[in-house]
Amino acid sequence: MRSNMVFGRYAERLPKDPRYYQIAGLFSLLLYGVGWLEFDIGAYSIAILLSTVTFVQFLCTKLFSSSTFDCRSALISGLSLCLLLRTTDSTLTIMTAMITIASKFLLTWNGKHIFNPTNFGIIAMLALTGRVWVSPAQWGSQLYFAFMIVCLGGIVIHRAMRSDVSLAFILFYAGILYLRALWLGDPWSIPLKQFQSGALLLFTFFMISDPKTTPDSRSGRIFFALLVAAGAAYVQFVLYRNNGLLWSLAICSMLTPLIDYMSPGKQYRWQIPNTGGQGDVHEESSLAFRPLVRRVG
Amino acid sequence: MKKAAWLFALSFVVLVDSRYAYAFCGFYVAKADTKIFNKASQVVLARQDDKTVITMVNDFKGDPKEFAVVIPVPTLIERDQVNVGDKKIIDHLDAYTSPRLVEYFDNGPCQLRVLREMQMPMAASRLKSADARADALGVMVQAQYTVGEYDIVMLSAKQGQGLETWLKENGYRLPKGTSEVLGSYIKQKMHFFVAKVNLKEQSKLGFNYLRPIQVAYESPKFMLPLRLGTLNADGYQELFIYTLTQRGRVEPTNYRTVKLPTGMDLPIYLKDHFQKFYRDMFDQQVKKVDLRAVFTEYAWDMNGCDPCAAEPLSFEELRGLGVFWLTQGRPEIVPNPMIGGARDVFVTRLHVRYDAERFPEDLMLQETADRSNFQARYVLRHPWTGERECPATEEYRRAVLRRQETEARQLADLTGWELDEIRKQMELGPKPSPIEEKWWQKIWRR
Repeated sequence: MRSNMVFGRYAERLPKDPRYYQIAGLFSLLLYGVGWLEFDIGAYSIAILLSTVTFVQFLCTKLFSSSTFDCRSALISGLSLCLLLRTTDSTLTIMTAMITIASKFLLTWNGKHIFNPTNFGIIAMLALTGRVWVSPAQWGSQLYFAFMIVCLGGIVIHRAMRSDVSLAFILFYAGILYLRALWLGDPWSIPLKQFQSGALLLFTFFMISDPKTTPDSRSGRIFFALLVAAGAAYVQFVLYRNNGLLWSLAICSMLTPLIDYMSPGKQYRWQIPNTGGQGDVHEESSLAFRPLVRRVG
Repeated sequence: MKKAAWLFALSFVVLVDSRYAYAFCGFYVAKADTKIFNKASQVVLARQDDKTVITMVNDFKGDPKEFAVVIPVPTLIERDQVNVGDKKIIDHLDAYTSPRLVEYFDNGPCQLRVLREMQMPMAASRLKSADARADALGVMVQAQYTVGEYDIVMLSAKQGQGLETWLKENGYRLPKGTSEVLGSYIKQKMHFFVAKVNLKEQSKLGFNYLRPIQVAYESPKFMLPLRLGTLNADGYQELFIYTLTQRGRVEPTNYRTVKLPTGMDLPIYLKDHFQKFYRDMFDQQVKKVDLRAVFTEYAWDMNGCDPCAAEPLSFEELRGLGVFWLTQGRPEIVPNPMIGGARDVFVTRLHVRYDAERFPEDLMLQETADRSNFQARYVLRHPWTGERECPATEEYRRAVLRRQETEARQLADLTGWELDEIRKQMELGPKPSPIEEKWWQKIWRR
């Protein structure tokens, strides 16, 4: 009892903005990747990425937005780029960071940015330059790692209250992998191996879960998850091209305005920083947690 | 007294290891009851855009009439797309990309440092059946031809079971579980390239070994089929993959890539045990990752090397390996391999030890834009053995002892060898250092 009370008191003090957890999660993954898995990224590139995203966020806020500067989302994009983007050229690193952040301000529809910024930055650079790459196998596929990433991601999605899109996606994608194996007559070890990929889990719990770019209604999000899963499988198993998840998400994101039109819902907003104006944190009541709607600022 | 400058104080020697035995990427099919294992394979992939030339090397030692190989390929292969290559070029590529040992000789602590580089010549490592029956089994013989000493049949099939039956009826011995794997490939729209030795042609040609088979095809699939090979293997298998690409390093997209440890100083007695070192070190590294990774052993622009375990491959050799995008008119031989020329080829050497459990899926590959050079290189530093005494000598001897202790520990860590045994081989005393440094000497190193 006593320990519960103590825990509860600490829990109350924890910040409500899910982005803190996301930053902590991504940062731990980066430490793990660089420290134990020998990721192909140096401290120099990490510094370039994080400083560029912060600077461009600042610049774009001044130029295109009436709200105050907030580096939390930019840091999330920057850390995601550290985990995914690989290049040997610092100019390309800077360009990717710029495109990533600028896309949030420039490619918008109805007050929402269309693409997950990291996803767009990487896909744009892959398509335009061909001189960056993503190493999906860098995480290996050891079980303990899978557990860790799910746990970290779990915190983020519970906080962001958009776990439905992640869970729906992972179920659809696992379904496709297992059905394909069944059809091919492959041993279960093959879909299991494909499922245990760190890159897949990272995508599921840190990228597709982005509440700012997924459809607003629950049914819309589940449909979106199905589209992304099918698209990724199509790229990988029919076109035999790499980075199926990233390409599929980028293409399906263009359909989000249409899905929102067909199946409208409440738009998600991050908690607005205390220094800024007023705003509501909208989250949905149909989830397991009590909705968190309170005045801020 | 004026100090004498010793010339040639520093030199290095390159030794190369290439000791593994190689066989085909697919699986052997015995026509008689001889037990054949394909423990290791060597494959060269030259690829640009979706065009691939694959060269498969084997050192099959048995009776040639027992040799046959079944390889899943993404497209139908016509007569013109098959070639028999030259084994010597692959040996050269192997030597060029091998882990290397570099040797340095310390300057005397009292002398000026003058450098000479010396490079030692390195030891370069090393169907026919009734159509009706085929139809009944759902097997289509798409083409049949002889290239060099090989009889080749190009097969398509409707189901794995039918193909397995056809192969068995045609005298191929197949391991258990083949039909399931064949069935999976058939559904993925793969075809089957079956080659066996034409004894008449072989005796006419006069080769007493099997030359590499080369196949050119165009497909987005950039992969190596491993699954058939794991069926008849006893334990794990060894695979060396050399890729020749235009943009940069190649890596698997579905298995983690790890770079082989490199750059360590190691005890000088390893000079005569480098092959054993390479084998045991690889064993140890594979254990560390629980057999769940592919190792990068070499990644370098084909224009040069530093140090060179062997000269870069010539234009003709690269063409021979299927590097089709190279055109004449480029600089032929690079005058100095350290400086480089203009060959538009990047070579990656991957080494994987695999079994069906840890590598259930075929190896999927991607070409990255990474042109950073990497090599597995180990350093031997010979201590100075002169007798001249000067104030620096004492400190030098202590430094050498410290260095040798580190070398011993590094070697033990890399290979899993017993530290005591290493120290014995190095003739180090039982305790770390007879000339123990005083604590104050550590503060002001002179």
